Amino acid sequence: MRIEQKVTVDAPRHLVWHHVTEPANYPVFMEGLTRWDIAGDIHSGLGARYRMLLRVGAADVGGLIEIVEWQPEGDMAWSSVTGVDQRGRWRLRELADGRTRVSFRFAYGVAGGGLAGLIAERVAAPGLRRRFHQSLINLKRAVEAQRESAAVG
Amino acid sequence: MAESGAGTAARAGERRSQNGGDPRASRAGGFGRPSLLRRFFEEVQSRLTADLDDRDPDFIRENLSLSWLIASIWFRGEVRGMEKVPEEGPVLLVGNHSGGTITPDTIVFTLAFNTYFGVERRFYQLAHNLVLTSPLGPYLRRFGTVAASHENARKALDAGAAVLVYPGGDWEVNRPTWEANRIDFAGRRGFVKLALDAGVPIVPVVSIGGQETAIFLTHGERLAKLLRLDKLLRLKTLPVNLSLPWIVNVGDFLGHLPLPAKITVQVMDPIDLRERYGPEPDPDRIYEDVTSLMQDKLTEMAAERQLPVIG
Repeated sequence: MRIEQKVTVDAPRHLVWHHVTEPANYPVFMEGLTRWDIAGDIHSGLGARYRMLLRVGAADVGGLIEIVEWQPEGDMAWSSVTGVDQRGRWRLRELADGRTRVSFRFAYGVAGGGLAGLIAERVAAPGLRRRFHQSLINLKRAVEAQRESAAVG
Repeated sequence: MAESGAGTAARAGERRSQNGGDPRASRAGGFGRPSLLRRFFEEVQSRLTADLDDRDPDFIRENLSLSWLIASIWFRGEVRGMEKVPEEGPVLLVGNHSGGTITPDTIVFTLAFNTYFGVERRFYQLAHNLVLTSPLGPYLRRFGTVAASHENARKALDAGAAVLVYPGGDWEVNRPTWEANRIDFAGRRGFVKLALDAGVPIVPVVSIGGQETAIFLTHGERLAKLLRLDKLLRLKTLPVNLSLPWIVNVGDFLGHLPLPAKITVQVMDPIDLRERYGPEPDPDRIYEDVTSLMQDKLTEMAAERQLPVIG
């Protein structure tokens, strides 16, 4: 199952990039996150690993993820190492007026889950979609507030 | 499931081969010849012997979706405090048990444990012999369910696993509905000895809602005695409940369709027995303390609950 949410942030791309690549920000802006720890020595960047859990229905679902793609101020993608199969991507594109178009993609599933797996993916989707939508709104607010405070400073 | 059955047969075969494969050795067992009956007993014995390698992380991962659907949609499961379980190492999780032969607290908690820590963490659940010898037995073994015995639990703890035990077991799950908010381990203190022997912490796990999945009337001790089941089948109880689709369900041998009661599970702080009770702890005192702590939590959770079934 694949979910995509988009938002336009009224801030330059480097500010958004800094926000989504800083692990400490995730528990603040990501809705429903119940666990988020850095696993290993790499804080951020290619090869960084995080232990994450997201409340979905009756369970905290997630596992160990690893950053597998890192194009500064452009794309950051991750893939699961353990736990539920998942791939995710932040995709930042600069707009002409200095704003930033942010896309968040999340694909998940359980290989070998059969019919129950397919049903579970679909049942979980609306809740996840709502959470990611709210998370992007949180991200937009945080980055725009940061830009304003920088402008005042 | 077929693979597990094959594995079980292979183990039984291995055991047979210990007598050199001599068919006469089988006759010495008193069955005349390798009979169906003997094979049946071998199969039962095999299922009750814990083989920790039967647990299959891939199988668990592939079946989590079904558990998740049942736990999320039917029971609206909610597990709190999973972070209190030590991150690694052996631990004895001690829970109260509810819901007759359909035990939704096990479904909800096992799912939560496997998703929180990942299926890679070794996690075993102790179950009644009847569960393991039922047609569901091979399936449950792959989930990490082993027959409840001190030996099996010790084997798992010594291997560094987390072990879930319901001391009240078959007794507690059939307590009458008006005792739903009562911890009733029936004085079974084996879990204390187990934790002390293995030197592992106890983590109490309290759940509520399971006893609202049917109307439980009685343990049926007198009924079992009246029908001489205690003499004939060594059954000391014959529980009776009102449930779907049977309406009056005697014995609950075939299970029932549980009402969609909300299941809430609370994990409590770990108890390091030597640290808290000293080098020569009194098992009776530990038993009283653990059950009291769990009772207080269950009473608190019952007070939070607004309506039966709805939660």
